[in-house]
Amino acid sequence: MIVAESKPIKELLEMVKDFKKILVVGCKGCVTVCNVGGAKEVGILASSLRIHGRKEGRDVVVGEHTLERQCDPEYIDELEEIVGDYDAVISIACGVGPQFLSERYPEKKVFPGVNTKFMGGAVEHGVWAERCAGCGTCAIHLFGGLCPIARCSKSLLNGPCGGSSHGKCEISKDVDCIWDMIVNKMTEQGRLSELLEFRPPKSWTTARDGGPRKMIREELVK
Amino acid sequence: MDDFKPQIVAFCCSNCASSAAKVSHGMKKALPDNIKLIQVPCTGRIETLHLLKPFEEGADGVYVAGCQEDSCQYISGITKAAKRVKQVKDILEGLGIEPERIDVFQMSAGKGQEFVEVANRMVDTVKGLGPVPTA
Repeated sequence: MIVAESKPIKELLEMVKDFKKILVVGCKGCVTVCNVGGAKEVGILASSLRIHGRKEGRDVVVGEHTLERQCDPEYIDELEEIVGDYDAVISIACGVGPQFLSERYPEKKVFPGVNTKFMGGAVEHGVWAERCAGCGTCAIHLFGGLCPIARCSKSLLNGPCGGSSHGKCEISKDVDCIWDMIVNKMTEQGRLSELLEFRPPKSWTTARDGGPRKMIREELVK
Repeated sequence: MDDFKPQIVAFCCSNCASSAAKVSHGMKKALPDNIKLIQVPCTGRIETLHLLKPFEEGADGVYVAGCQEDSCQYISGITKAAKRVKQVKDILEGLGIEPERIDVFQMSAGKGQEFVEVANRMVDTVKGLGPVPTA
């Protein structure tokens, strides 16, 4: 999933300080699963904005709505009859959401309510960790099913580096050295020699280095 | 400020704090009349939004009264509630409102005296802070 975290409430208050009618829009996708942008969080943010409005003596109207997904235009249409009543929209979806809302409702001022962090998963309740860097050419099978691009601090494809110590990365004792894990895994599977095979340098043109990406599936295009 | 009577909402666990309330009633210990009690089956069920809503509706303070950590029959109810209270404290601080307006207390079922003391302590704290400012 895409993992995000709430923006500090002070930052959001500053963003919308000039508006009296604010619509908070959530998303039932990834941000609901990582407890940052679903219906519950819409309620919490809306309530916080109302409490602040009351404290400041401002007559603030805050609406709440949570879409099935903000990254699909057909769900965004649902806001058509609602959004007109508001001066500003706070989207608490990942970075895709506020952009899709901006594009769909160009006259509205749309603000991001969360900071989008990474693609990852829940490693325990309330803890998420990065697993994918979206490089566009997955090669985790070459590394024992572990991604050195997303999980090595240097994204090394020929690690470990000299900063690996007792299974930890030199940047923090809380960060596992993924290359230590890769070597252990490949050893356990009797595949260590595969790491010595020559491979040409990875092409980064499929990653962000190749510019903004687009995917077209001809069989789905109408 | 002396005649300020804070409006306080107290979420009470039906197993511990509410039993303590009954004991206090039996002891003829009066609870301040400006405290609105809301009984919940377990404080672990209290969501962050439940704790914010009273402030939205004009309350001056909110507290959760639940079990001792080692006696919650649902194991972690009061621990979860304490974390949510902490979250609301952070939100209030971000909104420029004193975080002391919300708190969590742990007590066992027989502590009628303590139940009333906690209520009075909360009233004193919020009274000291004054009403939630409105411009």
